[in-house]
Amino acid sequence: MRRLRWLVPTIYIVFLLLPIYWLVNMSFKTTNEILGGFSAWPQNFTIASYVEILTNPVWYNGYISSITYVVLNTVISVAVSLPAAYAFSRYRFLGDKHLFFWLLTNRMAPPAVFALPFYQLYSAIGLFDTPFAVALAHCLFNIPLAVWILEGFMSGVPKEIDETAYVDGYSFPHFFVRIFMPLIASGIGVTAFFCFMFSWVEMLLAKSLTAVAAKPIAAVMTRTASTSGYELGLLAAAGVLTIIPGALVIYFVRNYIAKGFALGRV
Amino acid sequence: MTRTWNNRAWFMVFPVLALVAFNAIIPLMTVVNYSVQETFGNNLFFFEGVKWYEEVLASSRFHAALWRQFLFTGTILLIEIPLGVAIALAMPRSGPWVSVCLVLMALPLLIPWNVVGAMWNIMALPDIGLLGHTLRQLGIDYNFTRQPGDAWFTIVLMDVWHWTSLVVLLAYAGLRSIPDAYYQAARIDGASHWSVFRYIQLPKMRRVLTIAVLLRFMDSFMIYTEPFVLTGGGPGNATTFLSIDLVKAALGEFNLGIAAAMSIIYFLMTLLVCWIFYTLMMRGQDQ
Repeated sequence: MRRLRWLVPTIYIVFLLLPIYWLVNMSFKTTNEILGGFSAWPQNFTIASYVEILTNPVWYNGYISSITYVVLNTVISVAVSLPAAYAFSRYRFLGDKHLFFWLLTNRMAPPAVFALPFYQLYSAIGLFDTPFAVALAHCLFNIPLAVWILEGFMSGVPKEIDETAYVDGYSFPHFFVRIFMPLIASGIGVTAFFCFMFSWVEMLLAKSLTAVAAKPIAAVMTRTASTSGYELGLLAAAGVLTIIPGALVIYFVRNYIAKGFALGRV
Repeated sequence: MTRTWNNRAWFMVFPVLALVAFNAIIPLMTVVNYSVQETFGNNLFFFEGVKWYEEVLASSRFHAALWRQFLFTGTILLIEIPLGVAIALAMPRSGPWVSVCLVLMALPLLIPWNVVGAMWNIMALPDIGLLGHTLRQLGIDYNFTRQPGDAWFTIVLMDVWHWTSLVVLLAYAGLRSIPDAYYQAARIDGASHWSVFRYIQLPKMRRVLTIAVLLRFMDSFMIYTEPFVLTGGGPGNATTFLSIDLVKAALGEFNLGIAAAMSIIYFLMTLLVCWIFYTLMMRGQDQ
């Protein structure tokens, strides 16, 4: 019994990797071969799909705009959440509990509810079809999450540290940047990871807030799939390329990832 | 931690408040506006009161979507939570394999949601997909675009694939926070595996499991992109969940009043459940 325990995670990981393998497999086949019949690995190995994506501006611009709004959103979310999370973890103030709950409700609000009004709002202020629109719209659910995670990590730092720093004559901004932020560096990393993650995977808002110029890669995929017939090979290759940035960032935060999912409060 | 009373903390919260309010309150008020008005085009609006709400609450279409939504959320919670806990219990506690497991398991969480849908579409194609082909070889007449049962099976399997890792990671974080002394004490007392799980591991995982149920409930309740890409809500309306139905009404049929009233009802429901979980979680934290 004990000795066979490793089988459980192994089987689970194989189950996780099967669809990914299938996607990679498809991406190295020609569309004709894919539609021709079932084969467990490519018979005529080709990288034509990848070449097409990396040389055609319609495709690679999709990647550039996706990365642009994701990075913008991560920077904005973390920057404004840091002081707010500090306030929630250190002070009591009028309406703090209600405010915290209200923030959380926005993480829980279904994006479908907001798709149409967002389109009107961002058209009205002239940001429609720019990366800024998507970056700001994703703040709706990323800021509450960032505040939640950071607050968890900050509450783990004893308050005596703040008090000692003030006694030593540090001003608040100086203390915050020089002493406090290094103490919760892993928390900031994890928070940035989560903002990156949720902005990267969200598609409903990203798609409805962009038309041509700032179209995210995943929207390029759906549209290409429907307009130019059913180019499964291209679709699969584009899919594989969207997995890579995620895999890279996971690797960097692998030691903190579990704690991060528990919102810093295990 | 004791927190000092200081109303100037509002200044630190203000940027967050402004950004989120801009994104939450203006669109929400737009939706509220639509939900009480009738329009005949040309930007002419008439006040209608609660007519749309009555219509939505009485419509069998809304009831059907709501029922499907609860069935789906219930099913995936019943599968993902126990499965996630079981996998977390079987994971190695230390050593080089921990990182490998964590990175591989987190992989599905970082894939854009429409890619997840497209991926499972390719996987489930009846003749050329790995899943579809295998099931057909086993003699099962599998076709997720024609048979509602198969469509459900594929969507549930996709969600289990996509999100069980979240439960695993949370449960694992909870398990790792248990000091070794607890296990030693249990061994001295001669406790069985079951009692170790029931009286040590489960209580220690309570808080993270609450977070897991909360996140899984909310995210599955607002699921849109993955089933939309995989089945488009079909065959027929068999997999039309609330968000899909809502987008259909708002953007497909341009029934703004109905869609807005649906949005508000939908939003209030998530709010209620969110509040219940939040209260439970905060109570757990105070203890």
